[in-house]
Amino acid sequence: MKILTANRLTDGEAVWLAADHSWVETIDAAEIARDKPAEERLEQAGRAAALRNEVIDVNLIDVDVRDGAIQPLRLRERIRAAGPTNRADLGKQARPGIASAA
Amino acid sequence: MYRYDEFDHAFVAARVAEFRDQVERRLAGEITEDQFRPLRLMNGVYLQLHAYMLRVAIPYGTLSSRQMRMLAHVARTYDKGYGHFTTRQNIQYNWPALSDMPAILDDLAKVEMHAIQTSGNCIRNVTADHFAGAAADEVADPRPYAEILRQWSSVHPEFSYLPRKFKIAVTGAERDRAAIQVHDIGLHLKRNEAGALGFAVYVGGGQGRTPMIAKKIRDFLPEQDLLAYTTAILRVYNLHGRRDNKYKARIKILVHETGTEELTAWVETEFAALKNTELKLPEADIRAIESYFALPDLSPRPEGWASLAAARKADAGFDAWVRRNVIDHKHPDYACVTISLKGIGEVPGDATDVQMDAVADIAEKYAFDEIRVSHEQNLILPHVARADLKAIYDSLNAIGFATANAGLVTDIIACPGLDYCALANARSIPVAQQISRRFASQERQEEIGDLKIKISGCINACGHHHVGHIGILGVEKKGAELYQITLGGSGDEHTSIGEIVGRGFGPEEITDAIETVVETYLAQRTNREETFLQAYRRLGTAPFKEALYGSEARAA
Repeated sequence: MKILTANRLTDGEAVWLAADHSWVETIDAAEIARDKPAEERLEQAGRAAALRNEVIDVNLIDVDVRDGAIQPLRLRERIRAAGPTNRADLGKQARPGIASAA
Repeated sequence: MYRYDEFDHAFVAARVAEFRDQVERRLAGEITEDQFRPLRLMNGVYLQLHAYMLRVAIPYGTLSSRQMRMLAHVARTYDKGYGHFTTRQNIQYNWPALSDMPAILDDLAKVEMHAIQTSGNCIRNVTADHFAGAAADEVADPRPYAEILRQWSSVHPEFSYLPRKFKIAVTGAERDRAAIQVHDIGLHLKRNEAGALGFAVYVGGGQGRTPMIAKKIRDFLPEQDLLAYTTAILRVYNLHGRRDNKYKARIKILVHETGTEELTAWVETEFAALKNTELKLPEADIRAIESYFALPDLSPRPEGWASLAAARKADAGFDAWVRRNVIDHKHPDYACVTISLKGIGEVPGDATDVQMDAVADIAEKYAFDEIRVSHEQNLILPHVARADLKAIYDSLNAIGFATANAGLVTDIIACPGLDYCALANARSIPVAQQISRRFASQERQEEIGDLKIKISGCINACGHHHVGHIGILGVEKKGAELYQITLGGSGDEHTSIGEIVGRGFGPEEITDAIETVVETYLAQRTNREETFLQAYRRLGTAPFKEALYGSEARAA
């Protein structure tokens, strides 16, 4: 399973592509691609968004769904989705309802 | 301190205006990311995991209180209330928006600061001994030469597109506190038998994936030849350095592949052609730059000797702080203070806006308005009267900056690692924090004595692990963090690259492993005077391997 992530051009905020092809600031609303054609649709949407200068550094990343929550496989992506592991007051995890990466 | 002249002001202002235009065009979609990326990097703007990062240059690590207050202002206004002092004497902000960058650079320019050449394949911020101009053991202040190199290298047309980045470090004392032998060029300022100033020149040192100790290619280069000789080295590198492979593009690889003798001959040939050109530094110009770095007016303060002795007797915490964080100054009534940014369990190198403002106030009140950033991620007050040490200690204590651990096991260098950095493979900061908490006891730390632990979260080695007495390198193995230990590295005048001791340890095991290494040292040292590094050099890796891996090590 994969989702598409990027950083917003204006402020660098980590964002994920949602089903309506908007970019969302938390990973829970990301659209999951479960097969190759779905991955390609995500990538195409990512390329188009980069061309429109909405986002930079667009990447497909591997995820699992555990207890109904999207969980990136790599620690790097879990940290992007949550914030620095040494400061719970920084990054997404500072918002209500967002878990820390480690 | 160096003050911008009219040219410097105009130069930085023009550069900010240019970058403002580039940012605006990028945000308007007029230029692509591929076009913009090299432009933003030339202005110190990276993209990290959570946001952009801005790296601001602190030339040779020297700051005034006014500049420190501006760094606090940037942290408060455009970031999340803190900054991170780095191993290259710079500061990084981890959360600024791209749209705010021109305003930040405008603010920095007001206090003669910028972010030019803090990234990219150019000559980076020239670093220097953080006790420069103050330390009792110094021959001369190396910063005037660092400033001359800064002026010469800023947007140098010939050297703005080098094969790879290029780092120069300068020291003015026999005891190397600037790690010059692990820089592309290391300069050791000294006097010859006739009393003239000049440099021993080292070339081709560096850390990263291929650590190399620099080779000395000149024992004494007269000071007036500094730019001609540096140009000769850069010209040889620019022409012959590899551009086909990023990982083999640093000058250390060129020196290694060419051989020191041949490379030296190339440099000397270039130098012969450049020696008597406009690159020869006029004596008057050197002395003019030097005058900016003159010692402040240090009036006699002999009362400090008695008051200090009494205060130390009355306060054990203060006594420990003086023992560890205060060194001798050129003037006997004065001292140099290390402000530890390594409080127990804290993030190495981080300071909040409130702490930065407080340090600025302390420096203004007690330290002739001068602050330094060390490559070991601490701050320095280079000129303070011994009589004022207790007041300074009390003020630092109030902001959590009076930890008495300079040079001890908890004075750890750590790169930002995977918590922030897009290049990292593993986290560094939490490992530093765990080790710091494990060795929190002041008594135990002092029993262990001088011990430098340095942690990098990837092979690029921003955390200088190769020259840590104990180095820790974080890697990613099968999706998990793994930490390799190296032993016996050193970044001083007897530079050595640490040796990998064996298989790596997981995040839950690494602190225990470090403790095992330290306990092995304590058990094996001949006496308290034998430091970790000395003991390691006598013993080799065997006893440490045995302690860490036991029968596994014997079987191997």
